[in-house]
Amino acid sequence: MQHLIRFLIALLIVPLLLTSVSAQTDPRSLINAMAVGNLKARAAQIEALAATGDAKAVPALQALSDGALYFRKSDKQVFIAQKSGKNFDLIDPLTAENIGTFPKGSVSKVKVNNSLRRLIRSVIGTLTLLSPDPQIRIAAAQTIFKTGDPESLEALDRALVQEKAPNVRSAMELARASVILKSDSTDADKIAAITLIQKGDGREGLPLLNEFAAQSDGAVAAAANKAIGEIEKTIALLDIGQTVWYGISLGSVLLLAAIGLAVTFGVMGVINMAHGEMVMLGAYTTYVVQEIIRTGYPGLFDYSLALALPLAFLVSGSCGFVMERTIIRFLYGRPLETLLATWGVSLILQQTIRTIFGSTNKEVGNPTWMSGAYELGGLTLTANRLWIVVFALFVFAALFVVLKKTGFGLQMRAVTQNRKMASSMGIRTPWVDALTFALGSGIAGIAGVALSQIANVSPNLGQNYIIDSFMVVVFGGVGNLWGTLIGALTLGVANKFLEPFAGAVLAKILILVFIILFIQKRPRGLFALKGRAVEA
Amino acid sequence: MTILKNTARSIGFAALVAGMMTTTLANAADTIKVGILHSLSGTMAISETTLKDAMLMLIEEQNKKGGLLGQQLEAVVVDPASDWPLFAEKARELLDVHKVAAVFGNWTSVSRKSVLPVFAELNGILFYPVQYEGEESQRNVFYTGAAPNQQAIPAVDYLLANEEVERWVLAGTDYVYPRTTNKILEAYLKSKGVADEDIMINYTPFGHSDWQTIVSDIKAFGSEGKKTAVVSTINGDANVPFYKELGNQGISATDIPVVAFSVGEEELAGLDTEPLVGHLAAWNYFQSVDTEENATFIETWKAFTGDENRVTNDPMEAHYIGFNMWVKAVEKAGTTDVDTVIDEIVGVAVPNLSGGYSAMMPNHHITKPVLIGEIQADGQFEIVERTNGLVAGDAWSDYLPDSAKLISDWRKPLSCGNFNVETSTCGGKGS
Repeated sequence: MQHLIRFLIALLIVPLLLTSVSAQTDPRSLINAMAVGNLKARAAQIEALAATGDAKAVPALQALSDGALYFRKSDKQVFIAQKSGKNFDLIDPLTAENIGTFPKGSVSKVKVNNSLRRLIRSVIGTLTLLSPDPQIRIAAAQTIFKTGDPESLEALDRALVQEKAPNVRSAMELARASVILKSDSTDADKIAAITLIQKGDGREGLPLLNEFAAQSDGAVAAAANKAIGEIEKTIALLDIGQTVWYGISLGSVLLLAAIGLAVTFGVMGVINMAHGEMVMLGAYTTYVVQEIIRTGYPGLFDYSLALALPLAFLVSGSCGFVMERTIIRFLYGRPLETLLATWGVSLILQQTIRTIFGSTNKEVGNPTWMSGAYELGGLTLTANRLWIVVFALFVFAALFVVLKKTGFGLQMRAVTQNRKMASSMGIRTPWVDALTFALGSGIAGIAGVALSQIANVSPNLGQNYIIDSFMVVVFGGVGNLWGTLIGALTLGVANKFLEPFAGAVLAKILILVFIILFIQKRPRGLFALKGRAVEA
Repeated sequence: MTILKNTARSIGFAALVAGMMTTTLANAADTIKVGILHSLSGTMAISETTLKDAMLMLIEEQNKKGGLLGQQLEAVVVDPASDWPLFAEKARELLDVHKVAAVFGNWTSVSRKSVLPVFAELNGILFYPVQYEGEESQRNVFYTGAAPNQQAIPAVDYLLANEEVERWVLAGTDYVYPRTTNKILEAYLKSKGVADEDIMINYTPFGHSDWQTIVSDIKAFGSEGKKTAVVSTINGDANVPFYKELGNQGISATDIPVVAFSVGEEELAGLDTEPLVGHLAAWNYFQSVDTEENATFIETWKAFTGDENRVTNDPMEAHYIGFNMWVKAVEKAGTTDVDTVIDEIVGVAVPNLSGGYSAMMPNHHITKPVLIGEIQADGQFEIVERTNGLVAGDAWSDYLPDSAKLISDWRKPLSCGNFNVETSTCGGKGS
């Protein structure tokens, strides 16, 4: 109630404030105070602003945290600034009124650092507990849960009295439990809070409980330690699931990188050292598409990848086509020369890209649906990795269908199995060779679109994947698509299980040693081709 | 795998490069030649090409001012192609064939180590512009980048004081700079009372791109209820996927801040920095430094490259300081003779870009301010802390027992880079 009255009063006096300078408790002059003083003074200024309990201060605080709070040099008035071209639109932090555009030089930023951002996060949490939007209320409760600021207990209790929505309530109760652990409540209250946190959100609650257990003793500490034990047990189980997921995710990246090679090297037998550069071309196509969208049609940004996919296929595919027609077709049956020639091509492509785009990394943005993470029963699945797994499997399936169910796939298999027979049956074998190579390269191109989401888009992109690709294809069995799939996933999962024990460097070495030994035993890989194709 | 790649690269590039990359940019008879030894192809091209351009700009500016000792300067650019042994060959070519008066170059420590014997044998001068692990002081080399006490230690001090960090993740790429820096940092943290179990050390291969496991380990390490920070010596390309993974797993700078020693404006250019706001970097220079010298420098740089969006960075400033020191020393000596310049340059002070003077110390390191910056949404850094006054580069770390007793002073009569104060002898470690 008290809060409400203060809110109403604030509403009444805000218009007056714009014309008059009044006492140090009104939000406008408190906000303006931030134009002076250093980072240490700012903490006190933020707390003073929060002490008004006025939710209208939130936009200013949020802007400060985001680095968008500026003051006008002429009169030290503080505003929220929005970039418009080279200038800034200044917006009144309380009324949200746009007061006009000012040149960059006439305003100066209100400085902020990490510890201030933490402070702001915690005070905003308290201030927005009564927001009409349930999402904001949940976010506020979650912030308090993390910070456990004892001063927000009162505000929480007030909010809990009138809260109806069950999911907001449970978030608030969790937050309250976290606050109780940090306050001087009775032991019974604290033990109840511990149980609540343990049941609520294990992983998130662990830091709180650890901190609490370290500081307390007696029955409460025992309860906290027991809860920590329980949570850690659950986490240990989840970790296995998480590792498998990381392995699948790494495997899907390997699969994407290798699947084009499974066509050019696996099916056609061409040692294509420029395969990585086809991936790189795909990634650069994505970059160019995004640049055009950014400058011309910003609204389409979320569809940029969908637009880039066919283009990348065309760019890399035609590049592969030209390569096959001009170089590789003269070198069939001479693996060493092919290796050298394609490797030369890879260097030329790299340096060309370096000359056109420069040697620095290019920024390829993630569309919103590929940012962030999903929670699945305690597992964290990052969105970009999840989509790449889905995409890799999709590409695999599509290629499989092309090879097994289409006329072109049939011709392709016929040519690779018995060139002379296929030729005498009327198949234009040189043409099929060129198209097969173009298909493999095109697939590498669309892999580049996906990899641009997780890797650096630089001229060296391809080199980072070429060895892994060959490793997967050889391990899986040359000429066998299923082998490539199983090979990629096996290597990915094995790598991720080794990494926690051996470290990233040693894990990679161990995998390589394993493959060397494996190839000794089974020179044709996991799934060896049988029959006449082998001898051909 | 890196070795394999490097060998592969070296064969190809050596063939391509050998004939055509030795470019001489001016051909007057009476010129002073300045060698530029930076990779223009291969993995390190991403960082080193910029430094080559910066040197060309500095030389051009100096020539506009009338050159040096009445002669024009002439840049001799060679491309060592990110291939460490090739660095030594190219250094030999610069000194032996082109007879350059001084060389500005190298980025990675391993490439520096590979040219050291060449510079000692042929008596040349090398200005090395990159922050490095210390534990070295050579007569022929001037280290204008930061030693660990000019970057790593102040950064850790900042986290201790301002973020009250209690647990530390030391994450680095697996090579000499991160390993030595982390050794020094570990000793330093322990001297500050940090327990063994509160330090996690992690190394990854060059160009590591799958950070899922490591980031989730860091997340778990940080969930023990103590404030945790990551000190990152992750190098080059591996940074982009690392920061992306941090963002995706929802680790913000307010939860677990990352302070990096190899991430500057140039590296952030390939990155959407929105999720990284608040992560830190420690350098001796940021493009956002608000001084007149810096504004002029940035303006000249943008005009020279013809690109409004080009950024400046710390190693560029180091070259700026190193080049001006060399110019001043040559003017003082009246000759470009190597021995005279090496003697004259100690004590020379020139303006740096952050509003002060940097001086060459007797140990061939320089004095610099240390700045801590937070990443901003526009890919620039906001300076949140700067040391009071200048910090003198320390060749031998005080936190490693073997090195603490070594000092370096190239002035006569001592003339020694690794003088042991306990045994009063010159030599031993690092010689």
